[in-house]
Amino acid sequence: MHKKIALIGNPNVGKSTLFNELTNMHQHTGNWSGKTVGVAIGKHKNLTIYDLPGTYSLIPHSKEEEITSDFVIDNNYDIALIICDATMLERNLNLVIQTLEVTDNVVLCLNMIDELKKKGINIDIDKLSNILGISVVGISAKKKIGIDKLIDVINNFKSNKTIKIEYEKEIEDSIKSIDSINRFDAVRKIINGDNKLVCNYLNDIGIIPVDSVMKSIYNKCSEITNSVVKKDKNYSYKRKLDKILTNKITGIPIMLLMLIGILYISIVGANYPSSILFNFFAWFKNIISNILVAVHIPSVIRDLLINGVYQVLTWVIAVMLPPMAIFFPLFTLLEDLGILPRIAFNLDGYFEHANACGKQALTMCMGFGCNAVGVTNARIIDSKRERLIAILTNSFIPCNGRFPALISIISMFFIIESTFFNSLLNVLILTLLILLSIFITLIVSKILSKTILKGLPSFFTIELPPYRKPSVIKVIIRSIFDRTLFVLGRALIIALPAGIVIWLLANVSIGESSMINILSDFLNPFGIMIGLDGIILLAFILGFPANEIVVPIMMMTYLSNSHLVDISSLDTMKNILVSNGWTIKTAICTLIFILFHFPCSTTLLTIKKETGSVKWTILSFIIPLVVGVVLCLIVNGVFILFV
Amino acid sequence: MHLSDLKINDIGIIKKINSFDSEVRRLYDLGFVVGSQVSPILISPSKLIKAYLIKDSIIAIRNSDASKIEVEYA
Repeated sequence: MHKKIALIGNPNVGKSTLFNELTNMHQHTGNWSGKTVGVAIGKHKNLTIYDLPGTYSLIPHSKEEEITSDFVIDNNYDIALIICDATMLERNLNLVIQTLEVTDNVVLCLNMIDELKKKGINIDIDKLSNILGISVVGISAKKKIGIDKLIDVINNFKSNKTIKIEYEKEIEDSIKSIDSINRFDAVRKIINGDNKLVCNYLNDIGIIPVDSVMKSIYNKCSEITNSVVKKDKNYSYKRKLDKILTNKITGIPIMLLMLIGILYISIVGANYPSSILFNFFAWFKNIISNILVAVHIPSVIRDLLINGVYQVLTWVIAVMLPPMAIFFPLFTLLEDLGILPRIAFNLDGYFEHANACGKQALTMCMGFGCNAVGVTNARIIDSKRERLIAILTNSFIPCNGRFPALISIISMFFIIESTFFNSLLNVLILTLLILLSIFITLIVSKILSKTILKGLPSFFTIELPPYRKPSVIKVIIRSIFDRTLFVLGRALIIALPAGIVIWLLANVSIGESSMINILSDFLNPFGIMIGLDGIILLAFILGFPANEIVVPIMMMTYLSNSHLVDISSLDTMKNILVSNGWTIKTAICTLIFILFHFPCSTTLLTIKKETGSVKWTILSFIIPLVVGVVLCLIVNGVFILFV
Repeated sequence: MHLSDLKINDIGIIKKINSFDSEVRRLYDLGFVVGSQVSPILISPSKLIKAYLIKDSIIAIRNSDASKIEVEYA
């Protein structure tokens, strides 16, 4: 029989891991609250499974929780499968009891059952099952323990719910008097004050509905927990690692070192495969050329395909693929370990000073991967004002599409020879740039919260989950296929038309000069004013669909003027740039402009979708652009005055 | 005494939550209800936020918010 299953649970209890296990899909997972945004739907044989965003309660506080709350209360599913973190049963039971107020068709699954013994906790599962009157299955989604049994239980589902929650008499009376589809729907309406009569009645006799309801539920939770959970004498939370990671002296430096470490491994590790790819593509280019000649393709088309499309496509692959294939798995490892919430915890003070939310540190971290992802994840921030701040400032953080450009410009202009020491220097300069982008994020957040997004920091909490050992192979597979290839694929789709457009601009002439020259000449005065030139500006504009192609466009444009085609090493690249008037000042201004200009089209579309407002979308375009132009003007001014 | 006044590793019992702000309801979901045992175990480098052990989980709350929660020593 076909069944609809709603997968419900607190944030970060392994819902998505179980979902992926059941459906063989690749929903992103990570060891922090709020990873799943939106509902994912998957199938397991006769079961359709809805993976809902994590929630602590069916009384929603954020957009994300509303999705889950409405879905659960509307009750258009056959079975509610609640997944709990077995190591924190008491708090998780809150959601179980609330859900049992909606439907009798509940299966409870205790995840991370394998961690109990290590932590000195013992849960009497049979007793728990008897008390609640529902099937309870202990599983480990990650280690694939108990999954078969769980499916068995779902397929042979029978309900004999026994648990009943008794609220205060006045609340019970109110539930009866309210029009509702189930008990918890009534409770939610009472708490939200939807019914004026009931609201006034409770108010008059001095009952705060949410206080009263939660007290009744939690009393039940502790009663149940006390009778089924036994803790060893030596049970304690292992806090040594956290003490070091959040320490006043060591905390932030360790996190910086982690960042430097990841960047260093990505940059140094990518050098070799990158040059192999470059050489391979150069070799392959000749072959394709010869084939095209042999089959009598007209020379104009041949030139378009080879020097337009092929050149840009292969460039993007050679520059982007290696560092991403290293960066994403490393980042995912940190994520799975549970480091990100600790970063948010350490940095929260700065965000409080900026009147912003500490969870902005999480969206910032996601921004390092992709700004569009960072913007989407801003949903974890409850306050609309703070969410907007996080969205508007996300593109200050250099995403993976911009790292290769930063790295290659640093390597060309600040590093003389490539030695071990110099690669370290490269990373240090990159780290300084990242610190600058974080600094600007905080300053702009502060300015926003004093001007157009005025307000005080709102109430906020963040959970620090237990550290969990990531399964390395899964991390690698997932991050390569889901993130690396996804981002690369997107870049390639955009690089293809971009290659054609650039080739056309370079080869179609109006009067004496090519379109590209006319455009870059037009932009040149403004470019020079901010320490760049017309071609660089044009590259940023043409690179609007994806930042990855900014440097390739720049190089192609310079090349189309100098008729050089072979660019297999950084040295030749540097020579091309220098012969086109690049100095150290141009390099610095370009680096700044890479960090601070307008977000790419994907990010802007995401911002439009998330804010639903043209105004905020336009502002998120203008703000970073203004920051970039101002900073470049300052650098240019300093060079003119002092150098 | 307020939750924010507890020193690291002190153990407190929640007496009252002094806010009717709807956002503070979030505290209930995380286990911060009257009668719960709570203990600060970590403090951030800025000293403006602490992490508390409550019902076997670790939840960080800013001091400015924790001052809305009344506690007494366990």
